[in-house]
Amino acid sequence: MSMKLKALLKSPWVFHLSTGSCNNCDIEVLDCLTPRFDIERFGMILAGSIKHADVLLVTGSCNRKSMIRVKRLYEQVPKPCLVVAIGECALSRGMFMHSYNCPVPLDKVIPVDVYVPGCPPKPEAMISAVVKLIEKIKKEKLEGSSKRK
Amino acid sequence: MAKTIVPIGPYHPLQEEPEFFTLTVEGEKIAAVDVSVGYNHRGIEKLSEMKTFDQSTFVIERICGICSTSHPYAYTRAVEDIIPVEVPDRAKYIRTIIAEGERIHSHLLWLGLAGHFLGYNTVFMWAWKLREEILDVMEILSGNRNNYAMFKPGGVRRDIKSGDIPGVIRKIDSIVPTLEMLKKAVMDDPVLHARTKGVGILTKEEAKGYSALGPTARASGVARDVRKDAPYGAYDKVEWKMIVTQNGDVFDKVLLRVLEMLESAKIMKACLSNLPQGDIDLRLKDIPPGEGIGCAEAPRGEVFHYVRSDGTNRPARHKVRAPTFMNLPTYKSTIVGETISDATIILAAIDPCYCCTERVAVRNVKGKKLYNGEDLVRLSQEKTEKIRKSMK
Repeated sequence: MSMKLKALLKSPWVFHLSTGSCNNCDIEVLDCLTPRFDIERFGMILAGSIKHADVLLVTGSCNRKSMIRVKRLYEQVPKPCLVVAIGECALSRGMFMHSYNCPVPLDKVIPVDVYVPGCPPKPEAMISAVVKLIEKIKKEKLEGSSKRK
Repeated sequence: MAKTIVPIGPYHPLQEEPEFFTLTVEGEKIAAVDVSVGYNHRGIEKLSEMKTFDQSTFVIERICGICSTSHPYAYTRAVEDIIPVEVPDRAKYIRTIIAEGERIHSHLLWLGLAGHFLGYNTVFMWAWKLREEILDVMEILSGNRNNYAMFKPGGVRRDIKSGDIPGVIRKIDSIVPTLEMLKKAVMDDPVLHARTKGVGILTKEEAKGYSALGPTARASGVARDVRKDAPYGAYDKVEWKMIVTQNGDVFDKVLLRVLEMLESAKIMKACLSNLPQGDIDLRLKDIPPGEGIGCAEAPRGEVFHYVRSDGTNRPARHKVRAPTFMNLPTYKSTIVGETISDATIILAAIDPCYCCTERVAVRNVKGKKLYNGEDLVRLSQEKTEKIRKSMK
């Protein structure tokens, strides 16, 4: 594991990007920060700028307009960066699959490391996803981890 | 003084639909505001026309995660208007319970975010902690924290078990004292008064002129509420009062939402304790050709749906109008002339999204970056801090 990746795992800062979701996933992401779930005790906070982030949370079904912006934002994140797709829309576009404005799923636009299914996924699911992500990186089994040096 | 342009957006400046704001500022004062909508387009109306009447409710639910009851409510009413039929009483009550639960959680969500914008992160945490309780209630009643999937044309999908009712009523009872505390905190806090009183005023005439809806209109003294004007569901069978405040500033909008939550808790309790027995679904088979309209009072105002049927099992045309669409133009009169540190809370006052402020950037005409969203929230929070210190 590279030094950078090792440091990242201590307290991953998260940037949250909505690419055309219905807000539910975004609210549940925010819910993780509030007293009942309180993900901040693990050192995770929402970063205001993409340039401060280690983890990119993407929600929503990635429509024609946001596709370009998602790509551009991914290019701006300091690498190594982990991408988490949250909710059914980000995974496979869900019920927007046949929409004329949602041509491709998110993982055709940027590489995705972790998928969290659900509409919307519960905060517990998101916390469990983060735990799995960290464990996976520790074991260096993450796909494409060689690219992240 | 040189004019500078502040673009806000386009992604999620406010909660419901992503919009793009352009603020023109002279020094600290906002001189003009421009709004363009149409971002984040998912083609929901077209998708709905591709699904059957029954499946459409699920698509409609996902227009907005926070209004995931109001949209299906208006849609099912529109479909029922085509035939036309009356849904069974028990279904009406269940619909009302779910709709009011949604109102409480939406207003709490708003209150928390408004607190965050003003630099009161304690309010944010308190409100969202309380919101978890109401989400628990919704989970007991519908099986999901959001996207309840309770509605279908002709009734509801899921019954409320009589065994669940006492527990739910107890839970609502436990929420009310905290809501009362929030109300007291809003009424008494001098810093909150200083930050929100007289800020972003929308007068009664302007509210009428812009056809503002929901809390935005009611805070300006326009008594406009679908639940009272054209009662649907169980709203005419239980006792509750419409909250109207007169000043139209941000403070009145905060107060109105807090008071409305208490009313909603009252409605929920009354409906749960008087839940009539009987069927919950009409089991509609065919929708005849024709057209129907349906409206429902969402937490942000009136949701309006139009459905046309050509006799097949799919809607031939489905039109949706969300309340924010009507409330957005009110910025023209609320934000102009205010300072930029008040911009976030005024933009938030019709119902906000934290996402907006993360995507804000202040630029001068040559495109040099001056402030970003974080800075704007910081400016707003610093102002509160300054007021707080000067009061000591």
